[in-house]
Amino acid sequence: MTDERRKEGRRISERSEEAARAAIREELADREPQPKTGDESVIELDHVSLAFDQPILEDVSFTARKGETICVVGESGTGKSTILKLILRLLVPDRGQVRVFGRDITALTFTEALEVREKMGMVFQGAALFDSMTVFENIAYPLREHTDLDDDQIEQRVREKLEFVDLDPDKVMEQLPSELSGGMRKRVGVARGMADNPQIMLYDEPTSGLDPLTTGTITLLILKLQRELGVTSVVVSHDIRSVFRMATKVAVLHNRHIDFFGTPEEMAASDDSYLRDFLGGY
Amino acid sequence: MPTFAERLSSATRSKLASVQGYFALAGRAIGFIFVRPFYAQDFVQQMDKIGVKSLGIVLLTGFFTGMVLALQSSVQLQAFGISSLVGRLVAGSMIRELGPVLAGLMVAGRVGSGIAAQLGSMRVTEQIDALNTLGTDPIKKLVTPRVLAALVMLPILTIINDFVGILGGNLISTLMIGIPTSQYWRTVWEQIAGDGFLFRFIPNDFIQGLVKPFVFGGIISISACYFGLNTTGGTEGVGQATTRTVVLSSILILVVDYFLTQILLSMLSP
Repeated sequence: MTDERRKEGRRISERSEEAARAAIREELADREPQPKTGDESVIELDHVSLAFDQPILEDVSFTARKGETICVVGESGTGKSTILKLILRLLVPDRGQVRVFGRDITALTFTEALEVREKMGMVFQGAALFDSMTVFENIAYPLREHTDLDDDQIEQRVREKLEFVDLDPDKVMEQLPSELSGGMRKRVGVARGMADNPQIMLYDEPTSGLDPLTTGTITLLILKLQRELGVTSVVVSHDIRSVFRMATKVAVLHNRHIDFFGTPEEMAASDDSYLRDFLGGY
Repeated sequence: MPTFAERLSSATRSKLASVQGYFALAGRAIGFIFVRPFYAQDFVQQMDKIGVKSLGIVLLTGFFTGMVLALQSSVQLQAFGISSLVGRLVAGSMIRELGPVLAGLMVAGRVGSGIAAQLGSMRVTEQIDALNTLGTDPIKKLVTPRVLAALVMLPILTIINDFVGILGGNLISTLMIGIPTSQYWRTVWEQIAGDGFLFRFIPNDFIQGLVKPFVFGGIISISACYFGLNTTGGTEGVGQATTRTVVLSSILILVVDYFLTQILLSMLSP
């Protein structure tokens, strides 16, 4: 490689890093003050390690307190979604404990785990709506499964949740998921996740594959859930702009460990070389 | 690099784990039949998909099999001057063997592949994980209704298949061999009643003909659900799951049919 090419490469990289830092400064300046969160620990990962064919997570620890939004970021394939599966007890760690509301869920039976999951709502990357059911049936599903609500009460609850996610119930309730746009599907996913008024919401890449406007809408929706309902959330995301807007704390996953755990302001001010590269490269 | 012995040991362990997973799924799915909540609507829906919607293909195969059986056997029986016994041969073959096996193979191809594709797609689009996170056991919600519906519908489809096959034989023996309908049906009854009755009124032939499809229903539905739920690798994985379902179900139907026949013959013979 010639010296000119190398210099040009460095110039492009510096320019993109500077642009990224400017965007982060802008997000931090626009960031609304975080609501007061409780001291009660809702989700706790305590020295968790997990391996399949090779190690995925090693000695991972963090705590989400009541009303906090913890955003987990990191490069692709670093085990971010695995953390959500551990909290849902779809996976069990090889070492360490996962505590939800102070209860260690790693030792639960399958049936007990189902009961714990009733307190959580999950929004999947592709929304994971049941494609054989209408929007109404999708959102009503957890209510029919776990509550004694009658049909009228269920319909009222479904309408309420659809309005919360800014969808017109009369227009979308009878539609099938395949008839909705990506952003609408995500919003229906959020409505289904919160149908049973869970105390914890988990999001797996909630804004991936969405245009900037819809990304903003989904980010605001997650903020709305935190501020209006005091829901504790864990968000796995690649979208640093959204993360800086909604996170109470950010956990950066790198080389199977949590490299950083702190507020977005602390993250932006960090001198850690990996964090600087990570933020510069987004 | 692993040695041949290590590779063999790893492959054997993996196969044994699959067999264990298969029977564990079967055990849990059947166990959940007796545990609340009952997904009655899903059960009825699956009976429609597995039973009612398979009726056309079962009627078609049954009718033509009965016709070809009558045609082929008449040639052989004529050589011995006993072509009047065509009804007996058609009824025996259809009720004991061809009815259950053909219905099983048809349903394995039509329904088994459909179930594997549906559950496989649900797996790769995270809908199975979504069920789990919504506090529902996917085996109870998805597998149990399908297994139960297959256990109920396969024997019913087989009875229809048997009847239509015998009717096809009747058509050929009357129109092409010249055997009167009354004589044909008399020989059919002789076959049914000839092997004796269980509890005085259930023909032994029917026991063979109904135990088999019941078992085949279990094989098809559990194989399909097993491969569907264990799908990996996106849409290509869904394709593999459907192929494996049809291949395994068909092989198991034919192998199990032989052993079931052995067992039932020794149990039911006077």
